[in-house]
Amino acid sequence: MSNNRSSRYKDKIFQGMGITATFSCILILAIFLGFIIYQGIERLSWDFMVSLPSRFADQSGIYTAWIGTLWVLVLTTVISFPIGVGAGIYLEEYGKKNKLSTFLEINIANLAGVPSIIYGLLGLEVFVRLAKMGNSILAGSLTLSLLILPIIIVSTREALRAVPKTIKDASFAMGASKWQTIWKQVLPASFGGILTGVILAISRAVGETAPLIVVGALAYVPFAPTGPFDEFTVLPIQIFNWVSRPQHEFVINAAAAIIVLLSITFVMNGIAVYLRNRWQKKVSW
Amino acid sequence: MQAEAKNPKATRDKTEPKLNPDNKDFKLQAKNVDVFYGDFQAIDNISLDVVDNSITAFIGPSGCGKSTFLRLFNRMNDYIDGFRMNGEILLNKKNIYDESIKVEELRKKVGMVFQKPNPFPKSIFDNVAYGLRIQGIKDKDFIEERVIKSLKNATLYSEVKDDLNKQALSLSGGQQQRLCIARALAVKPSVILMDEPTSALDPISTAKIEELIHELKKKYTIVIVTHNMQQAGRISDNTAFLYMGRLIEYGDTQKIFTNPEKDRTQNYITGRFG
Amino acid sequence: MKLKEKIIEKLLAACALLTILTTIGIILILLVEAIGFFQEVSIVDFLTDTQWTPLFSQKSYGILPLLSGTFLTTFIAIAVALPVGLTIAIYLNEYAPKRFKMVLKPLLEVLAVVPTVVYGFFALMIVTPFLKNFIPELSGFNALSPGIVMGIMIIPFVSSLSEDALSSVPNSLRQASFGMGSTKFQTAFRVMVPAASSGIIVSAILAISRAIGETMIVAIAAGHQPRLTLDPTIPIETITAYIVQVSMGDVPYGTLAYKTIFAAGITLFVFTFILNNISYWIRTKYQEKYE
Repeated sequence: MSNNRSSRYKDKIFQGMGITATFSCILILAIFLGFIIYQGIERLSWDFMVSLPSRFADQSGIYTAWIGTLWVLVLTTVISFPIGVGAGIYLEEYGKKNKLSTFLEINIANLAGVPSIIYGLLGLEVFVRLAKMGNSILAGSLTLSLLILPIIIVSTREALRAVPKTIKDASFAMGASKWQTIWKQVLPASFGGILTGVILAISRAVGETAPLIVVGALAYVPFAPTGPFDEFTVLPIQIFNWVSRPQHEFVINAAAAIIVLLSITFVMNGIAVYLRNRWQKKVSW
Repeated sequence: MQAEAKNPKATRDKTEPKLNPDNKDFKLQAKNVDVFYGDFQAIDNISLDVVDNSITAFIGPSGCGKSTFLRLFNRMNDYIDGFRMNGEILLNKKNIYDESIKVEELRKKVGMVFQKPNPFPKSIFDNVAYGLRIQGIKDKDFIEERVIKSLKNATLYSEVKDDLNKQALSLSGGQQQRLCIARALAVKPSVILMDEPTSALDPISTAKIEELIHELKKKYTIVIVTHNMQQAGRISDNTAFLYMGRLIEYGDTQKIFTNPEKDRTQNYITGRFG
Repeated sequence: MKLKEKIIEKLLAACALLTILTTIGIILILLVEAIGFFQEVSIVDFLTDTQWTPLFSQKSYGILPLLSGTFLTTFIAIAVALPVGLTIAIYLNEYAPKRFKMVLKPLLEVLAVVPTVVYGFFALMIVTPFLKNFIPELSGFNALSPGIVMGIMIIPFVSSLSEDALSSVPNSLRQASFGMGSTKFQTAFRVMVPAASSGIIVSAILAISRAIGETMIVAIAAGHQPRLTLDPTIPIETITAYIVQVSMGDVPYGTLAYKTIFAAGITLFVFTFILNNISYWIRTKYQEKYE
């Protein structure tokens, strides 16, 4: 009897712990976000968005930073989207169950776990130095593309896998070739899932700081880049730079910039989640 | 009709079954075919000729190899790991497993309808037009004419003509299967293979499709795998009974069902096993 | 047409092979520069010296201070993330009603998408001042604050992976346990967690690997003073923060100081590589259990 009571007691306690843990996390997140908004919302203005950074906090703006982020976003997407999806298609549709494909899978799983700063070191040696791209947007975008490639590959494979085999059978039975089947049936059917994966990956790239610092994105860039070979900075690095300054005004700037960065991040993730829900409804074979 | 030899080894000989002695040319033939998946032998030395413009049914218990055998005719087994075959499958006297044969061309002449209706997640029109478009045909009028004709031949047109752009997946099961038939017809094959085409459908849809198949045999050579013996008895002209990868008996459907040669056939027909 | 098919297949294969090239590239650059480093610094010194001062006039090249900084922050992070993450996973899977779970899970995911530089800001600007109320001698840069914030960041990681592991245990086991009169607590801890143990262990290992490789939170809030210590209240430096520190400055290519970031990098890579492979091995070896 007493065993029963103590068991039920433990049960209740744990349930309490679970609820507390879950809500604490959400509460902490709310506190963090609230603090940011409180600190930074007033600093947000059109002026802030179009001013160049300066030594004076109240004149500093994020213009060069978000232009740089935009450049990096577009370039990284252009590079990583076709390569990542292409690799995913190859592994899922053309791969045979042999040692090579297992090795490729293990390798991709490994790459996904490599710290992002190591990718920065790779980019520094290969793109900045060996390929002589310098501390350019191109070098940074290539580095980030390598970083997010495993993410895109894995999510592409999942989306492709969800297409039922019967659709492929029907297409083959009609005399379509492998690529025709992929291009006309498999890709259109899995496109929602693929797009979701790519948006999430790009959103991750937008928030990355360390690899770009190593590749030489500068902390103080008083001009907006005009081409892929220009030097640049991005929002996260600008934030990092301001946070590292002792003056309180720069902290306010950092908070305002964080609001901008978080807005971009949340919007992208929101779009991805929306797409995923719509796509999953469609895939009700 | 000449009497079949009572020799139990008859089906292992190379002589063609004397079903239609006046028609010397068969579109579709199998000669001494074995099929292996790895070490497992799925088909053991089957030879048969499919009579043109008729309905040939393959029957037999589960796992006897009838689907495997059917899929030899459009080389859909090629995608399975470890598949090997000996012997020949002839379409218009040419061995379709010859290296010079392009599989995609073959499948335009030999169409297939599957057990579970598998329309593409596209519109009704795009489903039927698919086979034409992958051949590179771009003429819109030609495609439209062919699509409508195929839908009519599949007795589906009257039910969908108001909106051909409707999603195929919104049709009922029976309609989807007729759509799949229309899709196969659109490329004008000479042979249509059907792998248990009504087993996933309700009785009314089944009846409609059986009627359709009966109409189709006027223009096409049809081979149908079915586990439903009554269906085989209803619609087919000739029936092949397969058991454990071997052809036990092949002949006129009525004869097979009323007076089979082999005991095993008799036992299967009367439901003693399978 | 056959030619077009072949070309397309080769192009796609090239995309896939790029992943192998990436790995080779990483290993090569780390090795080449590290070998260059070890030609000037003895590996014994590297592994045993208790000072790391490559940028000062008095140069020492002992990795231990950076290692201790990394492990101190990682330890704190895991001490936060593992119990909390696991508790949340068990709660959501075994206790929470479905509607709760459907709302709470995405909210937790938000924690996972916040960029790490923002977490660094939180650590420096919110958590450190907050902790100072309880630990007055806490210095402005320390290991405790970023450690805790890293832990918070990793919680959704642990809870999501553990939750996947728990949900893949067949419901029949749960039913059997309830059928014998067990409470949810007993079912969770005596049946479900042991059954999902391989997945949970994998989530723990991956969490550790994640914490070891984390850069911005520690670069902002932990300081840049490498020292061999277990004291979480004073500034330290992690391997990752050191690399950032050097990259922010002007260290010319080819100098020993430049090579130090690769010596640090290869150390980091070795640890995360081993951890990731152990987790992959566990995942593949124990996954077939419930197929």
